[in-house]
Amino acid sequence: MMKKALLIGFTVLFLGVFLVIPLGAVLAEAFRKGAGAYFAALQDREALSAIGLTLLCTAIAVPASVIFGVAAAWAVARFRFPGKSLLVTFIDLPFAVSPVVAGLVLVLLFGMQGALGPLMIKSGIRVVFAIPGIILATIFVSFPFVARELIPLMQEQGDEEEQAAMLLGASGWQIFWRVTVPKIRWGILYGVILCSARAMGEFGAVSVVSGHIRGKTNTVPLHVEILYNEYNFVAAFAVASLLVLVALGTLAAKSALEWKVRNEH
Amino acid sequence: MKRVGVLPGFGLTFGFTVLWLSALVLIPLSLLFFRAASLNLREFLDVVLDPRAVASYRVTLFCSLAAAIVNAIAGPIVAWTLIRVHFPGRKLLDAVVDLPFALPTAVSGIALTAVYAKNGILGSKLAAIGIPVAFTPLGIIVALTFIGLPFVVRTMQPAIEDLDPTVEEAASILGASKWQIFRRIIVPALLPSLLTGFALAFARALGEYGSVIFISGNMPLKTEVTALLIVTKLEQFDYAGATAIGAVQLAASFVLLFAINGLQWWSARRTEGTNA
Repeated sequence: MMKKALLIGFTVLFLGVFLVIPLGAVLAEAFRKGAGAYFAALQDREALSAIGLTLLCTAIAVPASVIFGVAAAWAVARFRFPGKSLLVTFIDLPFAVSPVVAGLVLVLLFGMQGALGPLMIKSGIRVVFAIPGIILATIFVSFPFVARELIPLMQEQGDEEEQAAMLLGASGWQIFWRVTVPKIRWGILYGVILCSARAMGEFGAVSVVSGHIRGKTNTVPLHVEILYNEYNFVAAFAVASLLVLVALGTLAAKSALEWKVRNEH
Repeated sequence: MKRVGVLPGFGLTFGFTVLWLSALVLIPLSLLFFRAASLNLREFLDVVLDPRAVASYRVTLFCSLAAAIVNAIAGPIVAWTLIRVHFPGRKLLDAVVDLPFALPTAVSGIALTAVYAKNGILGSKLAAIGIPVAFTPLGIIVALTFIGLPFVVRTMQPAIEDLDPTVEEAASILGASKWQIFRRIIVPALLPSLLTGFALAFARALGEYGSVIFISGNMPLKTEVTALLIVTKLEQFDYAGATAIGAVQLAASFVLLFAINGLQWWSARRTEGTNA
């Protein structure tokens, strides 16, 4: 009994000090000057444009992650080929690389002095310090999520149903849409939840390529940073509280999905 | 290419995967090394061995290691409690463990700073007993512990779930002491997952930026991490300097990635060995 209480006490204290109290602090700081200041910060024009840009990035990064994830999982889980484990390691690379380095390579590639710089100047397309760069950075840091969910899932499920469908005369796309997609839909959804959380919250990589142009190339996390560095703490924490809500929603959706999948088996 | 598998679609999916990874990840990352290699050696070494850069490696390595050690001690206790001990609110706490994954790093950074600054709810008490947290290396360790915690807990939980309590009971009936059960049964079964979780937390900490820069105070030579130094150089349009230090940072990530893959391979082989 004593041991049990000690374990619970330690866990509650550790998770409380490191996770729960900081979360509460965001809300406390956001409402420090009352609800009026809180909602004023959220309705600010620059805040709204940051929210719009973050949603745009997420709306592009999530489908990219799904398409890549399904293709990669199909190749890796359904076939044997030399270099497979190396390929899987490469899929993990964006998680191993510092977000700052991810932003740096985009600047080296698309910046004015970058490898594709002359091409950028000639075509008049701006990537770095513009929205395309922010979208690319977001895709870079978030695309592996769906693949990482689907590869182990599809390996575990095996391909007997798909082979049966093929013997019965189904075409490749029919097998995919009618057999595989229903088998992996919860896995895709799980990956989508994690991918959207990362896409909405990415800071380091996006910060490097954005140039922090207010109202133009600011995402929500970058807007939080600017407000904070201007000592506009109430507004910074108010906007941050939106991201806290997204994070809590992510955790709830993730737990609900885990619960559902566990109960189905 | 020779491959095994009867279903269609290999060419399409494999080709697309390789093309995507090359265009988005492999070519851009190799470009960084290529650019760093095209600097002249003297120039490269001057940047990479500059006292401010070396101090940033020291701060980053020391704080990442300290945070990974804190997580390697607290993480197993948390993971064990959440799997083995049943109490009200357990599921909620378990869901909360993923918070550092779900919360944007910038928000984690300002939230931790608000709590651990001298006027913060915990920071004020710690400062009163002579332990300032925010704007010291200790603050960086707090942020990196926050970021690394789910790696250790989530890596260890499946291993703890696989651990059959009846084996511990059998050992106890056969006369093993608590210490012997811990030493001979629990530690060997959990060690690979602990090491993997430790390495994952350490690797993540080395490159961490968002959660660190607010709480660290960013004093050159004292509390400036390497990721921030890269950003600072970029903001000063010192692309050569950013490239050189970025290459060092990337090389460190590669070394750790291969170490982690090796660890996972080793632990998979060990579990297969015990099941056979």
